[in-house]
Amino acid sequence: MSEHAPLGGKLVTPVTIFLAALAAIAGVFLLIRFVFGIGAVANINDGYTWGIWVVYDVVIGTGLACGGYAMAILVYILNKGQYHPLVRPALLASVFGYSLGGFAVIVDLGRWWNFWHILSPGYSHLDSVMVEVAICIALYIAVLWIELSPAFLERLGLKDAKRKLGRVLFVFIALGILLPSMHQSSLGSLLIIIGNQLDARWQTVLLPLLFLLSAISLGFSVVIFEATAASEGFRRPRETHILSGLSVALIAVLGLYLGIRFVDLAMRGELGSVFAADFLSVMFWIEISLFVLPIVLLLPSARRVNPRMLFISAVSMMLASALYRVDAFLVAYNPGDEFSYFPAIPEMFITVGMIAFEVLAYILLVRRFPILQGTHGQPRAAMSRPLPAE
Amino acid sequence: MTVSRRQFLKSAVAGSTVVATACIATDADARGNMEMPEGALGLLFDSTLCVGCKACVTACKTANGKPLATPPELPYLDKTRTLSPDALNVIKIFKDGKATAKDRAEDGFAFMKHSCMHCVDPACVSACPVNAMKKQPDTGVVTYDKDACIGCRYCVFACPYDIPRFDYGSAAPEIHKCQLCDHLWKDGGFSACADVCPTGATLFGPVIKLKAEVARRKALKAGEATKFPRRHVEGQEFTKEQPMGEYIDHVYGEKEQGGAQMLMMSGVPFDKLGMPDLPEQSYASVSETIQHSLYQWLLGPAVALGGLMAVTYRTVRSEDENDED
Repeated sequence: MSEHAPLGGKLVTPVTIFLAALAAIAGVFLLIRFVFGIGAVANINDGYTWGIWVVYDVVIGTGLACGGYAMAILVYILNKGQYHPLVRPALLASVFGYSLGGFAVIVDLGRWWNFWHILSPGYSHLDSVMVEVAICIALYIAVLWIELSPAFLERLGLKDAKRKLGRVLFVFIALGILLPSMHQSSLGSLLIIIGNQLDARWQTVLLPLLFLLSAISLGFSVVIFEATAASEGFRRPRETHILSGLSVALIAVLGLYLGIRFVDLAMRGELGSVFAADFLSVMFWIEISLFVLPIVLLLPSARRVNPRMLFISAVSMMLASALYRVDAFLVAYNPGDEFSYFPAIPEMFITVGMIAFEVLAYILLVRRFPILQGTHGQPRAAMSRPLPAE
Repeated sequence: MTVSRRQFLKSAVAGSTVVATACIATDADARGNMEMPEGALGLLFDSTLCVGCKACVTACKTANGKPLATPPELPYLDKTRTLSPDALNVIKIFKDGKATAKDRAEDGFAFMKHSCMHCVDPACVSACPVNAMKKQPDTGVVTYDKDACIGCRYCVFACPYDIPRFDYGSAAPEIHKCQLCDHLWKDGGFSACADVCPTGATLFGPVIKLKAEVARRKALKAGEATKFPRRHVEGQEFTKEQPMGEYIDHVYGEKEQGGAQMLMMSGVPFDKLGMPDLPEQSYASVSETIQHSLYQWLLGPAVALGGLMAVTYRTVRSEDENDED
């Protein structure tokens, strides 16, 4: 498969230096955290015990890392082979998103040296939603590296190993669809046990389903976002013709999400409360508007080939799903009047530094390894591969 | 976009996989609330008897090796107002308007104990990924084991009563919560808060006996003279004869979240005393029912994986054929 190629180019640029500096600052704060405790750098407290390290780095971060998952559903389950060129870059973003989500968990765990307990039969409590999340995320990180390994084997010229891996790769692709379905929905299930501490406009037994759909929509939006950003940033040909087809899937997922959200509210008799004149209603409608906007923008098929419309839709969808998750974990969560939370500066620097590290590693890898679609040869032919014959 | 027969079949396999998973899910048993162990131990807190002396706050700290927060000029008064790693039990005051009468909702005041409820079906235990939070099968006491704990604080997040506290300022943090002074039992001791309480407002003992005492108090009329047991419900210590207070018709902890091993009586509605309004069905049972439905014996995921593998195998193979063309 020669359709992917290293991008080449310089590794040391003002952008990469800036990203490295951010990562270094985070490193210093991380040192402080591990020596003096979480409270030395973060504002989390016994009311809001999960701050941005959990809610952004893990809950939203792994959602944003669902590009690989969403593309795998599209390419391998719905059999849309023409999207194949987007799979590898999506997988790379996923591998970093998840690996860093995993690292953020270690940073957030108070007794991180006991981390292995969660995976050990001697300690593990299988009724806990968190065990399901932890096992699935750990396995999925391994699966992602395996799914991506053909790119490394290709680069290292290990053709035989690549061929052997190719024969069993379908197992890992299947796992790569199953595992995120499990833990992305379970991220929502984590909230069920907090009961009425979560506002009734968000608390529902359908949280797992809504989180699953928000993961898929995050995945698609990230693929469009990254492909557009990569085209602009690396001055490569646009992949609009591929991306526009994604919008059908996108509209379907968003429509399904909105339908379930409102039917659920109606069935629980909470439809009236979304019109209450309070702060949470405003948050609710911002969320819903961000979910509706891409549908409105992309419904006329002529607009789907407009890269700007696609990009705006992707950003809106990303913000919608991210806001949904922030609302569910922090904003609509009410631990009592005596508590408040806003992340501390060092706490934010740790998160920003980890994102910077992620972006830095992405840039370095696509420049040296065959991740992105090659632009020499016959790119158009490769991009619009025919569907498998009957 | 035309749909070929083969594509249709593949989508059908994937679709039926999801449906099959959902069917297995609905077959699994819903988990109801847990039952209280027969030998359950607990506390009865009667707000109408509490005079707010906070002897229990100090005694709790002493019994659990926590530093006191007593100002030098008032060495008997611990000013701790909220739970923390150093305070597993606090007494809070409720005040309304002029606060002229005790145990009255309007223009009145009342005292309230805030410490672990030792739920029959605890959210913290269900949430804990490593069995660090455990409900003891014999006594029902909810205990914490720091050697198992990973410090994820899901218990802090999950507890509807806001009980577990975490050391944010430590490199080797722990969770802190009332464990009913179980470390004192082997020497014949019991919960320090009940042991020290001069008025019998906090009473220790088997929950069955505490419930009988609740029933006795409910049967008496307000103003009727009676003696209240002090310290241990099975002990022989009583207060002097005194008039009964007036109770609202709600014993907190009888039904909330499927019940608790701390029961509370009061003359003021519990929401005013800072207690959450909770349904009888425990959140732990709702959460576990969903998890069990989806993941019991990993049957659902196994079926789903089989279906997914069938589909991905065919897609990958047809891609390879295409590559060779």
